[in-house]
Amino acid sequence: MSDSFQLDGAPICFEPGQTVMQAALAADHYIPHLCYHPEFTPHGSCKLCTVKVNGRTTASCTLPAEAGLVVESEIEELNALRRTLVQMLFAEGNHFCPSCEKSGNCVLQALGYDLEVQATGFRQLFPDRPIDASHPDILLDFNRCILCEICVHASSEVDGKNVFAFAGRGITKHLIVNSESGLLRDTDIALADKAMQVCPVGVILPKRVGFSMPIGERRYDRSPISAQALEDAPRTPSGAHHE
Amino acid sequence: MTDIDNNLETAAHPEKLRRVAIEQVSRVEGHGKVTLLLDENDRVHQVRLHIVEFRGFEKFIQGRPYWEAPVMVQRLCGICPVSHHLAASKAMDMIVGATLTPTAEKVRRLMHYGQMLQSHALHFFHLCSPDLLFGFDSDVAKRNIVGIAAAYPEIAKQGVLLRKFGQEVIRITAGKRVHGTGSIPGGVNKNVSIEERDYLLKDIEQIVAWSRESVGIAQQLFEKNLDLYNNFGRFKAHTLNMVRADGAMDLYHGGLRARDMNGKTLFDHYDYSHYWDVIFEDVKPWSYMKFPFLRSLGPETGWYRVGPLSRVARCDFIPTPLAEQARKEFVAFNGGSATGATLGFHWARMIEMLHAAEVIRDLLHDPDLQGTDLISKGKRQERGVGVIEAPRGTLIHHYKVDEQDQIVRCNRIVSTTNNNQAMNEAIRQVARQYIDGKKLTEGMLNHIEVAIRAFDPCLSCATHALGKMPLEVELLDAEGGRVDVLTRSSDGTFCSAD
Repeated sequence: MSDSFQLDGAPICFEPGQTVMQAALAADHYIPHLCYHPEFTPHGSCKLCTVKVNGRTTASCTLPAEAGLVVESEIEELNALRRTLVQMLFAEGNHFCPSCEKSGNCVLQALGYDLEVQATGFRQLFPDRPIDASHPDILLDFNRCILCEICVHASSEVDGKNVFAFAGRGITKHLIVNSESGLLRDTDIALADKAMQVCPVGVILPKRVGFSMPIGERRYDRSPISAQALEDAPRTPSGAHHE
Repeated sequence: MTDIDNNLETAAHPEKLRRVAIEQVSRVEGHGKVTLLLDENDRVHQVRLHIVEFRGFEKFIQGRPYWEAPVMVQRLCGICPVSHHLAASKAMDMIVGATLTPTAEKVRRLMHYGQMLQSHALHFFHLCSPDLLFGFDSDVAKRNIVGIAAAYPEIAKQGVLLRKFGQEVIRITAGKRVHGTGSIPGGVNKNVSIEERDYLLKDIEQIVAWSRESVGIAQQLFEKNLDLYNNFGRFKAHTLNMVRADGAMDLYHGGLRARDMNGKTLFDHYDYSHYWDVIFEDVKPWSYMKFPFLRSLGPETGWYRVGPLSRVARCDFIPTPLAEQARKEFVAFNGGSATGATLGFHWARMIEMLHAAEVIRDLLHDPDLQGTDLISKGKRQERGVGVIEAPRGTLIHHYKVDEQDQIVRCNRIVSTTNNNQAMNEAIRQVARQYIDGKKLTEGMLNHIEVAIRAFDPCLSCATHALGKMPLEVELLDAEGGRVDVLTRSSDGTFCSAD
């Protein structure tokens, strides 16, 4: 018999090595998240998955599950903070959902809907971020980058290529391409790479396929992100779905 | 009237005149205003239609990937976004070297004729019927769609349901009623399922019948008020429209046809991919909207009229039976007088709405709509031009795309822009007929708006020039006299009058 902790009053069983996030998702309990990806080491940078544990706030994606923890997630206090975080991400970049080919498949947009974000709430920064269209098959639109770091991990840990990295600090932190010219065409990235599959927003895109999926068939047209995250969640620490 | 410039565009001594503004022009799409300059005897010296909003899509599409254009540029407008969606898609078809599959072309046509139906219904019933059914200077409190719903409930209901049907056609083909994504470079992203087809088929006969009745309403209005409808804001104009290879009306694709004000053909079946050889754009310091003209006639006299009136009057025939019968009656009526009347727009628009309903009915019976071959492509090109007959007239999209798939240049000549000078001519004529020398009333000013509404302008679609607009800033003293004027020319240089 495995140990358990409490999440919003419900008992959540976990296996050794699982984080609170992993155990919750495996038990069909959704905790909003953005930079957490089930296939990569969690790094707790976006803070969307912040929960209250025994009265203190912490990122649930990096918190090891322990027997007896009392975790609160689905409370208005935390959802208000999550809403604010999403608003800040929208204000920090250039996110024009109406003409973005990622619309309907975008995690940030889906979270905005799920958390009922009605307006940006902050002054738009409108940063100047030129796109990199130098690669013949892949487009980089930095306007939409939310610094989730998933592409950096995918490229280094799975593809073994280190195509992406971060530069700068604080508000000037930004995604860069690891090539002498700084352009994607001078890397060995390929369409089949893991880094091509993981971008939660519309930064890393295969060229010439935008809008080919009709409205109604896009990922978050079918069901909200809270349901999709549960469908995608691995059911054990090793990543295998349980029966 | 010896000191009055008869074309009424620019008064010789504006500082001495009284300014009257109609701001905002109501019951049109977008924001515009009209200014009149009158002297102490209420004589009209200057009349201008100004577009007071600025959009700038031509500039900020630069640098974006080409496949984004059909979705982004439709945000120009919430009334006929399908027109921009399809014109941009047609341009991108050229960029990707595509020849559309039968399914792709027919789904797009269905989308476009659904758009034509809903837009024409919206304009005639919601925006113009209060003027036409109550009178131009009737009680302003009732001169609106709510007043129509109270006085003519059946007509109001038909207007609402006609528009709704058109919106449903768009939803099924584009994914949403407004701002869908159905058309993509080289084709479409979905077909029409059997269930979707049957959903539309159950209402289409009623839609055709109501559209036919709508033609009757417009025709009767003209017949009962012949002098008014014939002469109101009447002016002679050259025309531009698109026709099929056999001369038939085709609102989705064809060649350009231009005729002068006497009906003489200037060019016909012209390949629009080189439109700039026959059409050019002028700019004026008092408007954000450009002034297109036929190159062969020059900027002063080469302006022209587009839209339903030009299309119905200048096509050889309409390829659906009910609309063709209506066209024949329209052209033959009173020796053809309706084909040149500003208020003839409404009758022609209803004929097009009937045609759209018939085309939709025919397409719904075509099994190609259920085809699965949706996309094609060929040899990549650098330039793409897409032209479509939008509800308000000929719409031109032109893009240049670099080898990295980014748009580097964009030009659009929007339907309302094509009608810019024609609308100004119409309101100047109305000013001469109804305002010159008289004490102003609200009803008289509404006559100006009635003339503008006849064109169904979309002012939000029409203003995109950025960085190349000549501007003129006047410094006036306390008495209104001109102290100085600063002018920016189209090349961006400034000069002062001093």
